[in-house]
Amino acid sequence: MAEITTLHYLVVAAALLIIGTIGVLTRRNVVIILMSIELILNAVNLNLVAFSRLYGLHGQIFSIFVITDAAAEAAVGLGIIIAFFRNKETINVDEADLLKW
Amino acid sequence: MNPVATPIFFYGLSIAAIVFATAVITRKNAVHAALSLIGTLISLAGLYLMLYAPFVAAVQIVLYAGGIMVLFLFVIMLVNLDQNIREIQFNKQWLVGLIAALALGGLALFVIQQGKSIFPLDQVAALPEGMNTQMVGVMLYGPYMLPFEIASLLLLVAIVGAVVMAKKRI
Repeated sequence: MAEITTLHYLVVAAALLIIGTIGVLTRRNVVIILMSIELILNAVNLNLVAFSRLYGLHGQIFSIFVITDAAAEAAVGLGIIIAFFRNKETINVDEADLLKW
Repeated sequence: MNPVATPIFFYGLSIAAIVFATAVITRKNAVHAALSLIGTLISLAGLYLMLYAPFVAAVQIVLYAGGIMVLFLFVIMLVNLDQNIREIQFNKQWLVGLIAALALGGLALFVIQQGKSIFPLDQVAALPEGMNTQMVGVMLYGPYMLPFEIASLLLLVAIVGAVVMAKKRI
C-alpha cells in the first residue's frame, strides 16, 4: 500500500472544514452551530499538526493555543446561549431578531 | 521503530472522523450530535498519534473530549430541547449555504493541488527525534513564553465573561 503523506492529512482536514462550514451555514440549533465551529477548529488543528511533522514543533504549539481558544470560545458562547434561552425560550438562530425591527 | 500498517489506521481513523462529523451536523437530537463530536475528537487524537504528536493527542482527549464536551452536554441539559426536536432543523438559506461551502471545498482542493509544488507534501517526513512532550514544554516556556501568558489571560477573561453572561443578576 502507498505511504501516507502530508497530502492525505490535508484532504481530511479540508473535508472536516467543509462539513463544519455546512453545519454553521445550514443548521438552526445554536448548540449544533457551536459544535460545527469546534469541527472547523479541529480541522485547523489537524493541518497545523500535519505541517509540524515537516517543519518542526511550532505547529503543535499553535495547535495547543487553538485548543485554548476553543475552550474560551465554548465557555463564552454557551454562556450567551443560556442568556438567549432565558430571554426568548428558544435556541433557533433565525428567531434571534431582537436587533431587528 | 518503524510504524506498522500505517495506511489501514489512517484510512480507518479518517473515515471514522468524517462519518462522525457528518453525524454531528445531521442529527436532530443535540445529545447525539455531541456524542458524535466526541467520536470525531477521539479519531483526530488517533491521527495526532500517527503524526508523532502524543502531547497534542493527550490534550485533545483530556481537554476537548473531557472538558469542552462536558460543558456542551451541561448546556444541552440546561436548555430545554424537547420542542426543538420537532421543529425544522435546517434554515431557509440551506441551499445557498451548501453551495457556498462546496465552493469553499473546491477552492481548498485547488489550493492543496497548487501547494504541492511549493511544499514537500507528497514526501514521507523523517521520524522526529527526542521526547515530544519534553520538547513541547521547552518551547512553551522558552520562545513562546509571552503567548502562553496571554493565553492564560484569555482564559481568565473567558471565565469572567461566561459568568457575566450566564448569571441572572450580577
